[in-house]
Amino acid sequence: MARLKTFRIGGIHPEENKFSAAKPIEVFPIPEKVYVPVTQHLGAPSSLLVKRNDTVKIGTLLAKADAFISANVHSPVSGTVEKIDEIIDASGYRKANIVIKVEGNEWEDGIDNSSAIIKECNLSAKEITDILKEKGIVGMGGATFPSHIKYMIPEGKDVDYLIINAVECEPYLTSDHAIMLEKTEEILIGIDILKKASGAKKALVGIENNKLDAIAKMQEVAKSFKDIEIQPLRVKYPQGAEKQLIRALTKREVPSGKLPIEVGCVVNNVGTALASYEAVQKNKPLIERVVTVTGKAVKNPSNLLVRIGTPVKELIDHVGGLPEDTGKVISGGPMMGKAISNLDVPVTKGTSGVLMMTKAESKRKKPLNCIRCAKCVSVCPMGLEPYLLQQLVDSERWEDAELNRIMDCIECGSCQFICPSKRELLDYIRVGKARVGAIIRSRAKR
Amino acid sequence: MGTIIIYSVIALAVIGFISAVILYFVSQKFKVIEDPKIDIIADLLPAANCGGCGYAGCRSFAETIVRQGNMDNLFCPVGGNDLVKLISPVLGVEAVEREPQIAVVRCNGTKANAPSKAIYDSAMSCAFANTLFAGETGCPNGCLGCGDCVAACKFDAMYMDKETGLPVIISDNCVACGACVTACPRSIIELRNKGKRDRRIYVSCVNKEKGAIARRNCSVACIGCGKCVKACPFDAITLENNLAYIDYEKCKLCRKCVEVCPTDAIIELNFPPRRVKEETAVVEEN
Amino acid sequence: MKLFTISGSPHINRKSSVKKIMLMVIISLLPAMFVSVYYFGISAIRVSLIAIASAVFFEWIIQKLFFKGTKSIGDLSAVVTGLLLAFNLPSNLQWWIVVIGSFVAIGIAKMSFGGLGKNPFNPALVGRVFLLISFPVQMTTWPKVDVLDFSLVDAETGATPLAIVKEGVKEGLSISEIFDKLPVTFTDMFWGNMGGSLGEVPVLALVIGALFLLGRRVITWHIPFSILATIGIFTGILHGINPDMYAPPLFHVLTGGIILGAFFMATDMATSPMTPKGQIIFGVGIGIITVVIRLWGAYPEGISFAILLMNALVPLINNVSKPKAFGKVKK
Repeated sequence: MARLKTFRIGGIHPEENKFSAAKPIEVFPIPEKVYVPVTQHLGAPSSLLVKRNDTVKIGTLLAKADAFISANVHSPVSGTVEKIDEIIDASGYRKANIVIKVEGNEWEDGIDNSSAIIKECNLSAKEITDILKEKGIVGMGGATFPSHIKYMIPEGKDVDYLIINAVECEPYLTSDHAIMLEKTEEILIGIDILKKASGAKKALVGIENNKLDAIAKMQEVAKSFKDIEIQPLRVKYPQGAEKQLIRALTKREVPSGKLPIEVGCVVNNVGTALASYEAVQKNKPLIERVVTVTGKAVKNPSNLLVRIGTPVKELIDHVGGLPEDTGKVISGGPMMGKAISNLDVPVTKGTSGVLMMTKAESKRKKPLNCIRCAKCVSVCPMGLEPYLLQQLVDSERWEDAELNRIMDCIECGSCQFICPSKRELLDYIRVGKARVGAIIRSRAKR
Repeated sequence: MGTIIIYSVIALAVIGFISAVILYFVSQKFKVIEDPKIDIIADLLPAANCGGCGYAGCRSFAETIVRQGNMDNLFCPVGGNDLVKLISPVLGVEAVEREPQIAVVRCNGTKANAPSKAIYDSAMSCAFANTLFAGETGCPNGCLGCGDCVAACKFDAMYMDKETGLPVIISDNCVACGACVTACPRSIIELRNKGKRDRRIYVSCVNKEKGAIARRNCSVACIGCGKCVKACPFDAITLENNLAYIDYEKCKLCRKCVEVCPTDAIIELNFPPRRVKEETAVVEEN
Repeated sequence: MKLFTISGSPHINRKSSVKKIMLMVIISLLPAMFVSVYYFGISAIRVSLIAIASAVFFEWIIQKLFFKGTKSIGDLSAVVTGLLLAFNLPSNLQWWIVVIGSFVAIGIAKMSFGGLGKNPFNPALVGRVFLLISFPVQMTTWPKVDVLDFSLVDAETGATPLAIVKEGVKEGLSISEIFDKLPVTFTDMFWGNMGGSLGEVPVLALVIGALFLLGRRVITWHIPFSILATIGIFTGILHGINPDMYAPPLFHVLTGGIILGAFFMATDMATSPMTPKGQIIFGVGIGIITVVIRLWGAYPEGISFAILLMNALVPLINNVSKPKAFGKVKK
């Protein structure tokens, strides 16, 4: 067998722990109340369109994108807006949320809620991009970057490949795996549509080799599509990082500080492809997503199809309740997810999983001296020297940190994962990135 | 044996002489003519290089003083007014006194007042904790308790109180250099006038949330009720974003605001115990 | 209310620790330890125990007296330093010299720089070189190999093969003449049946330990391979030019603690470069300096000095051997 492709430098192999891998997608019942964050994406906040006591249907526009990098938010349920409250979301801060009391199950006109598969799509690239914008599609891998912007190809740039990220390199998470098994055709139609929108000659779907069933099924169905290639990849974290995935699939390296379009690629998550299919073919805005609810002590790890705005607490109750021994709850995967401080945090467009960790797992070990073992250097997928960056940040040498390319860090956490001294490398690098970023911005202004 | 010593002495002497000649010419060639005042003033400065004056170090501050020719808008917080009196004669200008200042921590979210809502377990860096979440107290503006300010202090004027989880300023050591003010990612610490007999009144809260939400996190939060604004006879208090602020230039330390504050968010320091309050309390009961 | 922990990602760590790494180094040194006990008897254990005990004691007392905050006494690093120091000493060394060596290794070379990981020079080697210069006679008087002799007093002493060759060349004998007089054969050298320090001798056992470390990825092949290759090629060329003056490469590789130095001393994490590129530069440098000292210097063996000299260059090597950047913008 030919050696499977992967990215070149660095990378780690954390324990996979994909407990919910074989579980089918369960449709989670609509809760009594949902808390829809007004801003659920990377970029400028959206502006609120509803007020207290407004009646909304499923798919009603709740908040509108004003700025260039922004996204629309639609109502995931039908009911009445109870209030606009500030509650703590996954960012750890209080943000404006639209609290909707659920009444009935009324859909906005024009939304096709059936499961019939529509394959034909005769829209132009511009029309598709407009629909993505209108329906509030954002990157569903976790970064929540508004998708339509990726398809507004700048003048003079050609897109060779549309790259679909179905790698799911984060341990524990299985939501992408589940949709690939159950919504294979929808995803492939979605990929076809996105390929059209991007103008790419070919679509490459990268799937890690630990999901053999998904690879087989995707390959089978892809036969009836033109120019969509399913590419099994060697298992290695962080293969799902944009730049690493492009390197693995095309051998092209995105230059430092540049976007994938620089090397003729557009990258989207497989979940986004599914959402795009629903938006374009079924006129359905992004109002629900598949969330993996899992953990070592969780009774029944599951993949749930959840409406946006459902409190995390209800998902946890559904899979057998919060284990007694829980010390940390993470929104997302264990490598890049965010720890949340309470369970009222709602599911947003970017919530790929809810992970409960036991007390023993969640406590960090005391950091010791750096023994200069160079493990962090050898695992860094960006070819950085994390031990050095940490020292530079600690001694506030921002200029040297910039010279050592601190801004190239993709915050994958491989360095901190591998460190035998349990040093808080990424914490410090993040502080440094914030500071150096501010310095660079103020320099650009001058 | 004797000849070896003689040769060594001669050789060393010759080398020494040649080096001296070279050094002389080099020093002539690269001579930098500098105002002698810079050296005099630099010697007077405290040599702490704390950056409290806003310049890179004491020497660059001395250069700035000499270039400007007076001390207007330039102040060394470490040396204070005594230093101004020393430097002014060198420049030949009149010494202008400045009100001495001190750093003030405007947060009283102790572990008792604002119980923990989460356990922080990452790098002991406020800058990082600030990117991660609102803080153990749940207050998005309050003290994170990791001690970036204490680490920034070069004068041993701060320490973290283990009991409360808040930084404490030792007023005898604080020179108001402002290092802690810049170190704090949440701008909690402020430089205020030290006040007569070290007496100060300030709002010990920077929370900008609505009163009800602020109170949910912290029992001593400023809820923006505005009672102090009405009570102040000198118009020293302003209310903005649900937060009261006392202008230390206008404040006459009458303590009326402290009495009316419903959440004890206004703090008075170093005042004698008040007898008046007990009497008024009795009157109110009647 | 239940309180959850908040921390930055990543939320998982690989199950490894400094202690485990140190433990693996100790395990990898055990076969060599057994072999040296086989050849040098109980006195090998004596020297090792004194070195380890005194190293741990000095680390503990210095941390107790001068260090605030984290204590690293539990991480076994002092045990490794002590053991490696013992491997660099002759088995008949007086106990107080061993203790002085431990003090220099731990107190001066390690703790005075701030403890584990902050030392620029390999502590065990600093200790050894300090003793070598301060006590040249005691440090170069090796007991004759006496298989399974467990008496405490070693009557006979002898020189290492390397020293014999060096003396011989000085006296103007040709290599082949010297080799005829040499008490040991290459096979003896391989098994460890020759005079020398504890860890200079058991080549095979050290290679087994080194393979274990390579297999567990505690060390990488870059440093040892480049040292051995450099020494082999360098001495090979010289031997090819003048076989009468210069000993064959195999002789150089098997004697004088090259194996111990290349696999266990030079690969010390704290004092070696961070990138594979840098590690190869480091190894080549050690190889060249070792051969230069051996052939044209005052000492018969040179790997200790070579490693220390290259240790000093590590920051520089780190600067010129940055890892290859992903997506580097060409200017």
